[in-house]
Amino acid sequence: MLQLLLEPLQYDFMQRSLLVAVVVGILCAVVGSYLMVQRLALLGDAISHSVMPGLAIAFATSANIFIGAFVSGVLSAVLIAAIRTRSPIKEDTAMGIVSSAFFALGITLITVIQKDNKVDLTHFLFGNILGVSWDDVTNTLVIAAIVVLVTVLLFKELQFYTFDPAGAQAAGLPVNLLNFGLMILIALTIVASLKVVGVILVLALLVTPGATAYLLVTRLHQMMILGAGISLIASISGIYLSYYYDLPSGPAVVMVAAAFFILSFLFSPRHGLLTHPQAIAAPSPLWQEVKGVLARFKGQ
Amino acid sequence: MLNVNHLTVSYRSVQALRDVSFAIQPGRLTGIIGPNGAGKSTLLKAMLGLVAVDQGQVNYSQQALLQQLRQVAYVPQRSQIDWTYPATVWDVVMMGRIRKSGWFRRFSSVSRQVAAAALDRVGMTAFRDRPIGQLSGGQQQRVFLARALAEEADIFCLDEPLTGIDQKTEAVIFEILHELADQGKTVIVVNHDLGEAITHFDDLVLLNRELIAYGPRQLVLQPDNMHRAYGGMVDFFSAIAA
Repeated sequence: MLQLLLEPLQYDFMQRSLLVAVVVGILCAVVGSYLMVQRLALLGDAISHSVMPGLAIAFATSANIFIGAFVSGVLSAVLIAAIRTRSPIKEDTAMGIVSSAFFALGITLITVIQKDNKVDLTHFLFGNILGVSWDDVTNTLVIAAIVVLVTVLLFKELQFYTFDPAGAQAAGLPVNLLNFGLMILIALTIVASLKVVGVILVLALLVTPGATAYLLVTRLHQMMILGAGISLIASISGIYLSYYYDLPSGPAVVMVAAAFFILSFLFSPRHGLLTHPQAIAAPSPLWQEVKGVLARFKGQ
Repeated sequence: MLNVNHLTVSYRSVQALRDVSFAIQPGRLTGIIGPNGAGKSTLLKAMLGLVAVDQGQVNYSQQALLQQLRQVAYVPQRSQIDWTYPATVWDVVMMGRIRKSGWFRRFSSVSRQVAAAALDRVGMTAFRDRPIGQLSGGQQQRVFLARALAEEADIFCLDEPLTGIDQKTEAVIFEILHELADQGKTVIVVNHDLGEAITHFDDLVLLNRELIAYGPRQLVLQPDNMHRAYGGMVDFFSAIAA
């Protein structure tokens, strides 16, 4: 058993990928909890798709791709906010417009530069954790340290703001600054996660561990800590699964996290589907209506 | 004294409040009343900077209220809150201590004591560790009142605290609001309902997109004022005014 766990660690690349996966998993769980309680899960998706053009431009100009992706992601969040506040268009539509446009631009740019550079589109889309360098590890650790520090220092203000924005504003808190700060944290987290899971699957790491924990505990900080723990286990087991069964590592991590969510959804003491059987016994309203329609057909 | 001068608010092209001016006295329980869509909540939010104002000023003790928001405790409408948020009763009451604590600081033992006393005052100590989603409407309202008390503010602004609550909670709320007014605080309550509860207020501000009347309750509840605010359906209310 121990041999099974230790064997992959003799490889340098496995040490790096495990380290990065664990750090990113914890980071995503903490920041993703804020997204979830604000019902902004889709904003995480939008920002992650929107980092593509920044990645491509940074790659083509040999700039730091972390910075390119970050600028691109923050720019998309600003544009989404601008469309939402300066027009009658709602936030979800604004997110759809901006993220798909950025994503399309990113794909186009990457296809163009692919001719001259050795880049692989699938690495951007699904991550390439085995290609993580020690530089990437350092970058990820620095970002994680910044984000976790800010989250801890501003915890009570961010909690107040995400729970009751009007109350926080009426108490004199700088809510627009807090909101922008939160966007920065989210963009940083997504950028740090790209190597592990890529643009498409970042959302899973942001919301799944937090949601799993949300069904089990009652307070925000508990949700973050338990979510981070779940994420940690999912990251490690995902990487080992990918090593032994030759699976893509990002999807493996995400599937383990999803499995944890299913367990929590079924067996949570307070909200579980199976621990509260009355929830199952209640007839589904959709089925009721379907039955009604069928009965009318039979009657004719 | 809290002065509202020529306050005008629009939502996009629709005017919600037009040139509203009045003064609110400390030490008196003041209700903001008016029909549906009269702009009652909008007025409260505009006073606190929560919605953009086209023109007008709000001053407290001759200075802009927006510069003194630390003196304000605001209780939003219950329907504005996501009650599935992962927080306990205690977490919410402690939010009332955030401004007093300051940035980057943990809560002090004084803050814990103040919050515990506030929770006790509204009779919710036993619910301290309960998730907020498992409370009744009245209990949720009392928790928010405890949060406001924990802020140790001079001005209390409550948006429709009497909507959808039980008798006991209504009694607790009015008892505490009277107590605050007796301590010389400024207490402003947006009230949707014109039932018996209205007799609790010392002063009223009667609105219907513009100011109809303000001042002592009996003067505001005159039939001609009520007719201007509510149209034809006022016979019922004039009995209360008497």
